Amino acid sequence: MAEASQPAVPLLQARGLTRVFSSRASLFAKKRELAAVSDVDLDVARGRVTGVVGESGCGKSTLARLVLRLLEPSRGSVAFDGIDLASVPAPALRLLRRRMQMVFQDPYSSIDPRYSVRDTLLEPLLVQRAQLDAAAQDARVAGLMSMVGLNPTLAASYPHQLSGGQKQRVGIARALAMQPDFLVLDEPTASLDVSIQAQIIALLEKLQQDLGLTYLFISHDLGLVRYFCNRIVVMYLGRVVEILPDPEAPPRHPYTRALIDSSFEPDPTRRRVVTLLHGEIADAFNLPPGCAYAARCPQASARCRDERPVLAQDGAHSLACHHPLC
Amino acid sequence: MSGLRKTALWRVVSTWRGGLSLAVMLLLALAAVFAPWVAPYPYDIQNLSATNKDPSMGHWLGTDEFGRDVLSRIIFGARTSLAVALTGISVSVTLGMCLGAAAGYFGGLFDRAVTAVVDLTWSFPEVLIALIFVAILGPGLYSTMVAISIAYLAQFSRLTRAQIMAIKNETYVEAAANLGSGHLHILFRHLLPNAITPVIVAGMLATGDAIILEATLGFFGLGVQPPKPSWGAMMSSGTAQIFLAPWTILGPGLAIAVAVVSINLFGDALIDALDIRNRVRDL
Amino acid sequence: MALLDVSDLSVGIGALQPLDRISFALKKGRILGLVGESGSGKSLTAMALMGLLPLIGARVSGGSVRFDDTELVGLPEEVYRSLRGRRMALITQNPMTSLDPMLRVGAQIDQVGQLHLGLSAAAAKASSIDLLRQLRIPDSATVHQQYPHQMSGGMKQRVVIAMALAGEPELIIADEPTTALDVTIQAQIIQILVDLVRQRGLALVLITHDMGVVAQACDQVVVLYAGRVAESNTVDAIFARPTHPYTQALIACIPRAGQAPGSLKGIAGMVPSVGSYAPGCRYHPRCGKAQPICQGEVPVLQLQAEHRVACHFAQPQGAHG
Repeated sequence: MAEASQPAVPLLQARGLTRVFSSRASLFAKKRELAAVSDVDLDVARGRVTGVVGESGCGKSTLARLVLRLLEPSRGSVAFDGIDLASVPAPALRLLRRRMQMVFQDPYSSIDPRYSVRDTLLEPLLVQRAQLDAAAQDARVAGLMSMVGLNPTLAASYPHQLSGGQKQRVGIARALAMQPDFLVLDEPTASLDVSIQAQIIALLEKLQQDLGLTYLFISHDLGLVRYFCNRIVVMYLGRVVEILPDPEAPPRHPYTRALIDSSFEPDPTRRRVVTLLHGEIADAFNLPPGCAYAARCPQASARCRDERPVLAQDGAHSLACHHPLC
Repeated sequence: MSGLRKTALWRVVSTWRGGLSLAVMLLLALAAVFAPWVAPYPYDIQNLSATNKDPSMGHWLGTDEFGRDVLSRIIFGARTSLAVALTGISVSVTLGMCLGAAAGYFGGLFDRAVTAVVDLTWSFPEVLIALIFVAILGPGLYSTMVAISIAYLAQFSRLTRAQIMAIKNETYVEAAANLGSGHLHILFRHLLPNAITPVIVAGMLATGDAIILEATLGFFGLGVQPPKPSWGAMMSSGTAQIFLAPWTILGPGLAIAVAVVSINLFGDALIDALDIRNRVRDL
Repeated sequence: MALLDVSDLSVGIGALQPLDRISFALKKGRILGLVGESGSGKSLTAMALMGLLPLIGARVSGGSVRFDDTELVGLPEEVYRSLRGRRMALITQNPMTSLDPMLRVGAQIDQVGQLHLGLSAAAAKASSIDLLRQLRIPDSATVHQQYPHQMSGGMKQRVVIAMALAGEPELIIADEPTTALDVTIQAQIIQILVDLVRQRGLALVLITHDMGVVAQACDQVVVLYAGRVAESNTVDAIFARPTHPYTQALIACIPRAGQAPGSLKGIAGMVPSVGSYAPGCRYHPRCGKAQPICQGEVPVLQLQAEHRVACHFAQPQGAHG
């Protein structure tokens, strides 16, 4: 990864970010609330790759959308390059979107099937009112396509004529169309075959270096995150439980340990011993007062069940646990 | 996107059902547009010495009680029926799509309000709505058009709303929002194009119904007023001499039947070709 | 003796040949990993083994499948039905669709015992609850009475495994049993499956695209590409000395912590779909070592003890080259 020197102000700063969804089973049932993301503080350093890892229900996809203001937070703030996104008027926000973009998980549904590759890549310019004449448009489309490794002759193709990997490249090209500084990648390779996944990751690496991009990389695949990211944020049921300053840092939170133990290495000489967890994942609608992981944690004590641990910083390493592993 | 539709159109036209019905529809439309040149006589020339004549070489469908050529009156009547039906349905489709799109897209209270109002129109039989407007606006061309616009609104609104709601949560819509798109851009570029196809087919089928509605009003003298010919009015005045000159009823009656059947057949063929059976039929 | 012996199995759909001469053998108490990407034919193999090809309009077009000395190819459906669920069981990928949402999960497991083992309702229920307990489902008696929608994905998949085990089979075919699950749950379930195989002396065919799972759980590996076996070997040998270019490339595609940045390359080109296979070796369009001979001749499987490779230029590579 491009080891850029770290300037003082992170490109993205989130403080106390919370998003609650409420639903009602029927007209007479009580309203139920789900805190998809709770009290998340997050810094994304310029020019670096920050990874967010967690399993289903941890809130990472919601976090991605909060960070880009595709969802309004219930509480908390997001500042992009020092600008508070909540206080920005709509036209300014639209311009700001040129600088922060998202690559979505499912290439099959993230591109409108009715439009050709060319139309899809020109849509950002249309939306952002960037006027270009026909020749400049063609050049831009061709440039974007070769940047992501797509043959420019595919410009007139429709999504159903492309493979999954090609579609995802179109998604990446679209995100790059307005020359952003910041990309949020929401599981960009989860739907792809392993060999294609590696292609796309290699492409993303190259783009990051060539264009000096900042990435927020969201994934459930810890092996991939440890390869690709500089810093790793671990989430569980809507909260950050640990932030690892680098991929090799030993995990201190029991959940991170469990995640690492569950990510099997492609090496039969290094098989893991899987300790069978007891207990089930807590009901997100009915979170216990203490640590959400206590029900499954082998180290859980009475204190864990009553008192929720707060995320505390220890140098570059952050941790929310009463009984850290080291 | 137009590529997809072109092939569907070809699939429709190349079947017996689709091609034949399209030909008949085109024939009717052309006859209506070029009526002054196609019709052998003007529709209001009376010849009181030749009333209620049987079909002959000079008058292919005979004459009516005023000696007017039945065929010519049918051709000019096509103008009325088609103009009223098409205008009314077009307005209905446009209005319905706007309401349905807004309701489906914005959701919430607005959606509930619009749906309630639209469902209200749905619950009234078309003839009743037509009568209400005739009572308010008086009989004639405009009240018929307005009646048609309102009467068929609900189905287009519901179809559009359903389509919009099905698509608005697709990831590519979210991606468009991510690019900084405003609501209108999303609606016109991503959501409405998907809704258009089933709505167009429903509109086509509704045109057949609208023709019948116009004829019904005309039958009771509440539609287009004489001397302008209308199929319904022709049938009404034809009842007086049903045994004397059956052609005065059968002519316009057959015209209505041919028009509506050909439209319905074409609509059916379109549904099959576009394979949107589920979307249109399960209203 | 091998419990399952597949020899030159080929499957056809219409004029296409999505599976071509697949061979492998599996003994009791062993786990075979069937690995491949999309379009490799893994699920088709599972269906072929279970005799379910007619459901998708396919048929066995050649080869043999011997299960404990019984030839399955061409077996009449009534006889096959007595085997399915009783001596051989299938676990499918998506627990959501394997379970009937209208029935309690316990009843669905009980059915298997009653049908195949002739158990009484009470005996079947007791046996099911015990199975759930062995699968480490807490409070199994209560869970027995629940409906599928009341359970998480991991629980549902364990119920599906219980259904597969209820008939006391000798062979289990698990088609991507954990792909749809969270990674911590996946680890649990893989471990449970491994334990069951060792304790009960079952044979397990584990179909997956995840090389990590293969390394963790399997004794032997068969690598499929585009409907053909690229390489098969013991698990240690296949990771330590991968010989087929595809196996080598596939292992190199898996990102590892500590791997040098920029070293992940992927395999150029696209995974081929049925009907667009290249002539000769189906991998040659993407292969770094391709020569003109690869387009012409279909490479012959070479036998070296437990090791088979389908390549003209098979050359072992050092560990994690």
